[in-house]
Amino acid sequence: MNPARVPSRGRTEAAGDLMLRIPCPHCGTRDEVEFHYGGDASVRRPAADADTAAYAAYVYERTNPKGWHREWWFHAAGCRQWLEVRRHTVSHVIESVTGQP
Amino acid sequence: MIEKTPQDVASSTGPAFKSTGRYSALRLLREALSGHRNWTRAWRKAEPRSEYEVVIIGGGGHGLATAYYLANHFGITNVAVLEKGPIGLGNVGRNTTIIRSTYYTPENIRFYDFSLQLWEGLEQELNFNAMVSQRGCVYTYHTDGQRDAMTRRANDMHLVGADCIELDRVALKSLIPAIALDNGRFPIMGAFMQPRGGTVRHDAVAWGYARGASEAGVDIIEHCEVTGLRQQGGRVTGVETTRGFIGAGTVCLAVAGHSSHVAAMADVRLPIESHALQAFVSESIKPFLDVVLMFGAGHYYVSQSDKGGMVFGGNIDRHNTYAQRGTQWVAQEVAAEGVALLPALANLRILRQWGGIMDMTMDGSPIISRLPIDGLVMNGGWCYGGFKAIPAGGYTTAHLIARGAAHPLTTHMDLARFAEGRTVDEPGTGPFPWAH
Repeated sequence: MNPARVPSRGRTEAAGDLMLRIPCPHCGTRDEVEFHYGGDASVRRPAADADTAAYAAYVYERTNPKGWHREWWFHAAGCRQWLEVRRHTVSHVIESVTGQP
Repeated sequence: MIEKTPQDVASSTGPAFKSTGRYSALRLLREALSGHRNWTRAWRKAEPRSEYEVVIIGGGGHGLATAYYLANHFGITNVAVLEKGPIGLGNVGRNTTIIRSTYYTPENIRFYDFSLQLWEGLEQELNFNAMVSQRGCVYTYHTDGQRDAMTRRANDMHLVGADCIELDRVALKSLIPAIALDNGRFPIMGAFMQPRGGTVRHDAVAWGYARGASEAGVDIIEHCEVTGLRQQGGRVTGVETTRGFIGAGTVCLAVAGHSSHVAAMADVRLPIESHALQAFVSESIKPFLDVVLMFGAGHYYVSQSDKGGMVFGGNIDRHNTYAQRGTQWVAQEVAAEGVALLPALANLRILRQWGGIMDMTMDGSPIISRLPIDGLVMNGGWCYGGFKAIPAGGYTTAHLIARGAAHPLTTHMDLARFAEGRTVDEPGTGPFPWAH
């Protein structure tokens, strides 16, 4: 990596030095611009008979961790599949990418 | 101003703190005659005491303003502001300094116009030069539908007493000669303008409020990171910090960007995601743009600083992050919008770029509210509009703490609105914080 292109602290090669590089299991590693963000992948829809508080929590409340985050990315300009990415919200290191089962 | 007690003075570090006295032209002249050697520190760096009536977490714009109004307008001076680093280095020093009240919903227009009114009197209130410059905010429109929507917004603003005028293409071109009215992709049909909008020197806002709060007896404690919130019987009793436990009757979170992180210490989950917003400054040039200009065909805003640099920004980076930098493709998008609006910007080099972390809420509106634990309140969720809201946010948060009930201008900003279906979603985006 060219040090002149790395102005900030704590950035790692794996995280990409200018934007995210997401290793798509179908298409290979691609730039962030090919993807659309889909938000927190850890939230789960409550049972159909759950109360409104459970649904309000599902729709609105997020852990928003300062650390590892499971999140959805849609590979819009590639395979057009939703991917689940485990990424660190401070270092931006991507640990794993999996397609939907 | 409230007199300081001897205990307050004793709690300061180093030599006994001496009040700055009043700033004035005469004072400036007098200090100049002695070679500016006798200016004293503007505010007192305090050591933590064991207990306060109110502890405010976060020495940014909203935290310092809340402390200032608590001490000077609501009679509560037994207050500490805890800041992880030095004050004023978070988002209050990392924004594009724009003030305006051009919102869509009447409740938000009323709140932000109250803020604009406080900005208009801020320098007299604080006896501090915050360089409030009401140079006007101009918004371009590019389609008939957009003109209709902006007309509606202008009418709503008029109904609550805010100012907004329409500019045709001739008036717009004469106001901003560098603007490209006939750019090929998004030709400009006209614009709306809020003449009372403008810019403020952001650092001076933090310093001015810190000085005013400190003079009234508030302890501003730097390098004191909160690591836990202590509770007893469903009530908060104080904060664990890197400098020991500090007891508190009321704890106020003013940590926008990190609200989820701090609220999690009390097991409170918030309807917030943290996202990065970038800002940019170009090299300095001669006077080029004397208003704040916003691009209606995208998301772009630009003004020229008093030093001559073009200060601009655009959209958030659109993925969760706590890293204060920014992704390159958004920087490219922002630059493209700037050049579409003001083609001459293409000749400029970017001098600096940085990122700040935003509390992006699920409806795009802020949260000033009690939290589900007694004695715990929050001021946050400012998305990327927190700077302009500092005076009103501080005043109304102080009201909530002192009176125990929301200020009438912020009843729509409570946390319960999400569960109760009363979200204040200006663009109608839905619960997708990265899209607001």
